Amino acid sequence: MSDIKIRAKSSNGVTTVKSLMSHVMETGLRKDKETGEPIPAHFIQEVTAKWKDEVVMTALWSGGVSKNPYLSFKFNGGEAGDPIEITWVDNQGNSESGTAEIS
Amino acid sequence: MIDAKRRILLKGSLGAGAVGVAVGAGLLAPRAVLAAWPEAAFMAEDQSTALKDLLGSDTIEDSDKVKIKAPDIAENGAVVPVTVEGEVDSAKSISIFAAGNNTPLIASFEMSDSSVPFVSTRIKMAKTADVVAVVQTGDGLLGAAKPVKVTIGGCGG
Repeated sequence: MSDIKIRAKSSNGVTTVKSLMSHVMETGLRKDKETGEPIPAHFIQEVTAKWKDEVVMTALWSGGVSKNPYLSFKFNGGEAGDPIEITWVDNQGNSESGTAEIS
Repeated sequence: MIDAKRRILLKGSLGAGAVGVAVGAGLLAPRAVLAAWPEAAFMAEDQSTALKDLLGSDTIEDSDKVKIKAPDIAENGAVVPVTVEGEVDSAKSISIFAAGNNTPLIASFEMSDSSVPFVSTRIKMAKTADVVAVVQTGDGLLGAAKPVKVTIGGCGG
């Protein structure tokens, strides 16, 4: 099961990838409204995008990226049917991957 | 322990590809290698410190080759869509800053040889401020800024 939604489309030799991840992206600066306790930081730090076995983009993030992050990027190459794999790792050591085929 | 696992995972996923070769050849400073999340840069409270730590320099040339697409007015600072495009042949990285945030560095995207210098994401902005994009090319850093008016700040507190 994956919570990463990926859509990849190839056109004129350029593949555009759009993805949506599911994550709270807590900065660590917010406080619980009822208890006043700070909410611990919990956010994605690294996102790696692969086309077949090639890493095409790596994103390094802070908690400044919005909740349930959206990420879009482009690369030269890619044909319909090629696999795209996106993996994230957060600051608490959790990780998740998702795959999709280029259409 | 968690950190150790993360490193193994990253090593495994990157293998000894172009990055490994570049490191071997001494082309990249160790912190530019993906194995380490650049904590100091992300914790830096001003853009200049963050840039120096992340890219080794805070000398940015203002350039109209760097295009930022962001709203003029963001009603909700928690979700500000930002698209950055570099009209350059190749870019090593694209970094996005929100100048008014406590820690301005939001994200840095490391490009590969096949990358098109284009990224789009959504960021949090604490208050009305410039969104700054820095495109790292072989010839130095190109930058641009776009002011975004924030009606409700989005960094909590």
